[in-house]
Amino acid sequence: MSDQQFRLADGGRIDRERPLRFTFNGRELSGYEGDTVASALLANGLHLVSRSFKYHRPRGVLSDGSEEPNALVQLGVGAYTQPNIRATQAELYQGLIAESQNCWPSVDLDVGAVNDFLSPIFPAGFYYKTFMWPKSFWIRYEYFIRKMAGLGKAPASADPDYYDKMHVHCDVLVLGAGPAGLAAALAAGRTGARVMLADEQMEPGGYLLGRKVAINDRPAMEWVDNSIEELKSMADVRVLTRTTALAYFDHNYLTLLERVTDHLGPDANGDRPRQRLWKVRAKQVVLATGSHERPLVFRNNDRPGVMLASAAQAYLNRFAVRPGREAVVFTNNDSAYQAASDLVKGGVQCTIVDVRPEPPDELRAAARKQNIDVLSGHGVISAAGTKRVTGVDVSSLNATASGYHDAPRHLKCDLVLMSGGWNPAVHLYSQSRGKLEFDASRACFVPGESVQAERSAGACNGTFDLAFCLSEGREAGKAAAASAGFRSKSSSSSPKVESSPETPIRAVWRMPPKDPGGRYNKHFVDFQHDVTAADVDLAYREGYRSVEHLKRYTTMGMGTDQGKTSNVNALAILAEISNADIPTVGTTTFRPPYTPATFGALAGRDVGELADPVRMTPMHQWHLAHGAKFEDVGQWKRPWYYPKAGESMEEALSRECKATRNAIGILDASTLGKIDIQGPDVAEFLNRIYTNGWSKLAVGRCRYGLMCTEDGMVFDDGVTSRLAENHFLMTTTSGNAARVLAWLEEWLQTEWPELRVYCNSVTEHWATAGIAGPLARKLLSELTSDIDLDSKAFPFMSWREGTVAGIPARVMRISFTGELSFEINVQSSYGLALWTSLMSAGAKYGITPFGTETMHILRAEKGFIIAGQETDGTVTPVDLGLEGMVSKHKDFLGKRSLSRPDTLREDRKQLVGLLTEDPRQVLPEGGQIVAELKSKPPMKMIGHVTSSYFSANLDRSIALALVKGGRSRHGETVHVPLENKVVSARIGPPHFYDVEGERMHG
Amino acid sequence: MLLIECPYCGPRDEYEFSYGGEAHIVRPKHPEKLSDEEWADYLFLRTNPKGAYRERWCHAHGCRRWFNVERDTLSHQIIAVYEMGAEPPRAARKGGSKP
Ligand SMILES: [Zn+2]
Repeated sequence: MSDQQFRLADGGRIDRERPLRFTFNGRELSGYEGDTVASALLANGLHLVSRSFKYHRPRGVLSDGSEEPNALVQLGVGAYTQPNIRATQAELYQGLIAESQNCWPSVDLDVGAVNDFLSPIFPAGFYYKTFMWPKSFWIRYEYFIRKMAGLGKAPASADPDYYDKMHVHCDVLVLGAGPAGLAAALAAGRTGARVMLADEQMEPGGYLLGRKVAINDRPAMEWVDNSIEELKSMADVRVLTRTTALAYFDHNYLTLLERVTDHLGPDANGDRPRQRLWKVRAKQVVLATGSHERPLVFRNNDRPGVMLASAAQAYLNRFAVRPGREAVVFTNNDSAYQAASDLVKGGVQCTIVDVRPEPPDELRAAARKQNIDVLSGHGVISAAGTKRVTGVDVSSLNATASGYHDAPRHLKCDLVLMSGGWNPAVHLYSQSRGKLEFDASRACFVPGESVQAERSAGACNGTFDLAFCLSEGREAGKAAAASAGFRSKSSSSSPKVESSPETPIRAVWRMPPKDPGGRYNKHFVDFQHDVTAADVDLAYREGYRSVEHLKRYTTMGMGTDQGKTSNVNALAILAEISNADIPTVGTTTFRPPYTPATFGALAGRDVGELADPVRMTPMHQWHLAHGAKFEDVGQWKRPWYYPKAGESMEEALSRECKATRNAIGILDASTLGKIDIQGPDVAEFLNRIYTNGWSKLAVGRCRYGLMCTEDGMVFDDGVTSRLAENHFLMTTTSGNAARVLAWLEEWLQTEWPELRVYCNSVTEHWATAGIAGPLARKLLSELTSDIDLDSKAFPFMSWREGTVAGIPARVMRISFTGELSFEINVQSSYGLALWTSLMSAGAKYGITPFGTETMHILRAEKGFIIAGQETDGTVTPVDLGLEGMVSKHKDFLGKRSLSRPDTLREDRKQLVGLLTEDPRQVLPEGGQIVAELKSKPPMKMIGHVTSSYFSANLDRSIALALVKGGRSRHGETVHVPLENKVVSARIGPPHFYDVEGERMHG
Repeated sequence: MLLIECPYCGPRDEYEFSYGGEAHIVRPKHPEKLSDEEWADYLFLRTNPKGAYRERWCHAHGCRRWFNVERDTLSHQIIAVYEMGAEPPRAARKGGSKP
């Protein structure tokens, strides 16, 4: 075990009573509860954490929070492993295992680092330019790119954890539990409003966690603790820690991700979920999300040991870690002086390099008291060292910050702290569609007008002074509660803090190179995606002038950190290069999520069996017991075929098809959509909905109908029966039942409210067994005594009521197989009884259960279409050869479209039959048809195969197809080029068996 | 995620609803008398304004009833909700809701 030689003897918010062991790149290390992986690594003197994405440059910890671009680790092993975890946020737990990313074989010796030496040939846009040509080389390049690049590795096995979702409403949602957020939550909570306060860190306090400041003359964290205690004592207030607001959507709808047990490690979560996704509808939102310190852009500013000044300050104060021995603090603003002061007290030697020629006197005086050298008007030219910074070259800047007065001077150090000013965390405000404004004196973007019911307070609003943060937070909380209808009862004042004046920053967006005309190719802007100031320049020179184009060309801001530390620097440099001002250049759009979220959290419990409901018919258990293979039809499980022991699929289908044509087959047709339609105007309604006429349909009769959408394209088909004068039963395609019902309702409610028609889904109310085959009547006659089955008394396309096997039944004489066929409908609860009765009574006739595949083959032999297979939303009834179904005497939905020039074209794709020259050859469905064969593509495609099977009854293959002008091509030979061969087939009519229909009418 | 006020059930999340496109497009009484252009206009052409837009929604996972919504397509602010067949309310406010 290492001895945490950089841990201070006391102080910090770590729990020294709870030491923890962990492993980094196989090395056993120790830390404490309350550490992050980053703070524990720094306590052990480890700055080199990862390699960069493109150049594989060594990288260290830059920040102490969610903006971290560099210190990404692969956390955990096996099924629990997570890629791209920010070491600055991941909490340490006992036995934690973390590994560096982007390096092979190790972070210390990385083969890919050769990319760094080759970086002149890997500039921005390199991937686009080089690897796109020649096209055939891409596959070879990709292999290497994939090996070398990419971030962490996704787990290979299923996620062993579970995730929850919460849907909540509140009056005031406060995001961020720093000083402004806490003040807002307190003010809102005191009015009695329902308040939610969420913060992404392990404990509330925000930036106060890392500072040594006083509130009410006591350490600030005492005020934080008291505030939380008060909030928790309120009845309707919920405080969430480890909870990141991911997204701000319309109408004040936000999603928050709570990491419930991540910090305990994989074995310790017990019965709690790993994470919980909160979906919040808030009446009012207060954004108090703080700010991010900006890096400064100088040569080799990415070396391990170069970090943000505020991060070093937090590691020292919060985690009791000394991030180095000798620091150069490089700043353009006031805030770094306090960081330097704290670090000196923690035993770190500091030199301040301030680009401002005249930093405030009181800051300089305070520094002098602590023996801190201040080099005002100076800049850091470059950093030295590779795996750890060893020093910097500094010099005095000229007035325009375009070069240096003197020769560089080398300062030895093992730590460089950058403070380039502060970026308010405006991400959520921007997601709420608010427009950002540029604050020139602070050189940062701040929220403008509110678009939704939201307010920003504190640092995210560009208010950096603690006293102002507290008062602004309080006002925002009060105002939010008032807008939500809660008036303040008490008049408490803001807590007392010392206020300090703030002097403007001097923005030097990129430090000039040592020599005039020198290069910016190691001045890193986006650390995660290795975008340098030179890349921004290159993009501009190549014409990518808009910040959105710059982003896509350089991939700046497109990493997992979404450019939290790089965006403003990049666009400011672009503004400088293009001589524009920053507001004109503008920002790229901030998009959710704020930090990456696991798919598991978004899916919640909707996985596995709960992903989608499974619908089963009343006969399902019988099918299971008899070895059925199932097919998914929408949510339904339908028997596909019933193989007997040792039977192949082909053998089973052949047996089922022949039995149905020669004796009797039985099909579970319960899944067919059934809509009960009642009312005096149903016949008129059906006239408008279906292409054919319904007025003359007698009670007791059934009719096949075809539905089109208004563009004349076939939408659904099915048989509708007239049960009584004002009562009809419509059937729909199994997968389309809900859509058809919605379609009927839409027209009834929005266009024809005068029609007295009422629709109801009764799909699940009925179980349906279809018996088909020459012996169907014989079998049914043995099971019913009150239905006259004689063909004259009970003709084709009619229905009768009676009892079958003692069960009240509605029997329809309709046929989808082309055989004599009865569909027996009984109340669902009798479905299985009916089925087993039919099976035992039919045993002597060889009754054979068949599934959807045999059904499809038999109907294809007959040329019956399936909506959704022969049709795809571009096929009219006429295209299908069903012009006989199209009434000339009435209007119906889609009718006018059938006489549009496009639907009248002679060369539309029309339904035809295909017979392959080799009768054993079964065409693949979806196969493209050509008339003229060429040696290689492209060939002119004239259609495609829609249905194709081997027909055992015909002892040959059959297919249906849509072919341009197909009806006038009967007799022609066409070709279907496949991957390794070409299948030739002859076009003919789209039916192959019993064309006259004698069997089903018999 | 919009918050839509169903006239029959009250405010509900957007995912309970299905969208029905532009409102107040009346199906022609005699389609056969229309020219191809007139029919195509009814069938395909919709306005696409930046701002107030009247559209149809159905509370598909609730009461299953259709109704009209006037929504600002830029800010997504819902300006009015009214029943199918009713006249749209005249006074449509402009711009987003302010806190
Ligand atoms: Zn409703």
